[in-house]
Amino acid sequence: MPGMIAAFVATTQRELLLSLRRPGDMLNPLVFFLMVSTLFPLAVGPDNETLKEIGPGVTWVAALLAMLLSLNSLFMSDYEDGSLEQLLLSAQPLPVLGLGKTLAHWLVTGLPLVIVAPIVAVTYRLPNEVIFVMMLTLLLGTISLSLLGAIGAALTVGIHRGTALLSLLVLPLSMPLLIFGARTVALAANNEVYSAGIYFLAAYAVGALTLAPFATAAALRISNE
Amino acid sequence: MNHKLVAEDLTLFRGERCLFSGIGFALGVGGVLALKGANGSGKTSLLRALAGLIDLEEGTISWDGRPVLDDPQQFRSQFAWYGHRTGFKHDLTPLENLRFDAMLRPQRDSSPRDVLRSVGLEKQMELPMRLLSAGQQRRAALARMLIADVPLWLMDEPFTNLDIAGREFVETTLGTHLARGGMAIIATHMALSLDANLDELVIQ
Repeated sequence: MPGMIAAFVATTQRELLLSLRRPGDMLNPLVFFLMVSTLFPLAVGPDNETLKEIGPGVTWVAALLAMLLSLNSLFMSDYEDGSLEQLLLSAQPLPVLGLGKTLAHWLVTGLPLVIVAPIVAVTYRLPNEVIFVMMLTLLLGTISLSLLGAIGAALTVGIHRGTALLSLLVLPLSMPLLIFGARTVALAANNEVYSAGIYFLAAYAVGALTLAPFATAAALRISNE
Repeated sequence: MNHKLVAEDLTLFRGERCLFSGIGFALGVGGVLALKGANGSGKTSLLRALAGLIDLEEGTISWDGRPVLDDPQQFRSQFAWYGHRTGFKHDLTPLENLRFDAMLRPQRDSSPRDVLRSVGLEKQMELPMRLLSAGQQRRAALARMLIADVPLWLMDEPFTNLDIAGREFVETTLGTHLARGGMAIIATHMALSLDANLDELVIQ
């Protein structure tokens, strides 16, 4: 039997291939993120100072909601077509397979948000140095959100229309990310020291990476009873 | 190797309702256990409990003399699962699906292409799964069982959606599996015509 790493890579590859075959699902969160964050400046008005003030917060809220929107489908199709059963009954460790799926989810939903963040930052007249900080916070934040979201998605996979419950489960855990993420960008925009926030987000991401795969695996087993 | 699956005193509740209690069986190499019972009697639940998907209220299942709960991961490398749903991604081809499956459990040396050819999906192996008929999808699921290098097959209603040729094919495939030292537990309401050690377990 192939090793754990091979199984991890194969799971990620399969998920990426599936997203390529259905590009619409992949674009939804990205389009949502771009729409919300670029409509705000139009509605608020062209005052540079106000835009700079609200920019970090609005961008972060839009990113958080875009990630939440995409979570529901993480395990849903696997549950419906029975491939989740095959994963659960596999001789490979379930946390590894779940992590493979989570990585693919981050690559198709989280990473694109980080990449388009500069465009959004420009619409809020944020200076160049701040754009970098914003990308860094979003990078760390979306990794944590994918990992946390996987737990929620695993717990609600058997429930029809579990989206509301999923958001309720994931939102409280993601509040620190929102607060630290948006605040760090705001501090950077005001030329203040912002490294503490980056450290916090990095620590959170490492913690989630270590613990979330096991929680996800346990949750998948419970919801498939 | 001489494998043995023994189940003793199995009791399972779904909510308040007791599906079965105190049932047991022993299954050795070359043996088939057919689970019988009316719809909703708990055939599928028993099969899922044996696979470790549901927790039993009471009872022990042991593989080669060791309780499977001691090392569920090891036990999972000993069986292949053929469920109600095929467990294939509809946007991938049978070949891609099978190649991914090869990562999940020990595999025989035969290539996925050869196995798909042997189940009669030569022309369909590069088509997306969703274009295949229900019967063809079942055949692909059978290919997954054939390529897995495991002694135990757990099959839930393997004859649904299959034509007469397909049914015979399942039985021949089962025959091959048993002949090479395999065993199988099959939940079905059909009569099995097999040249094997056939046991029946009726769930009331």
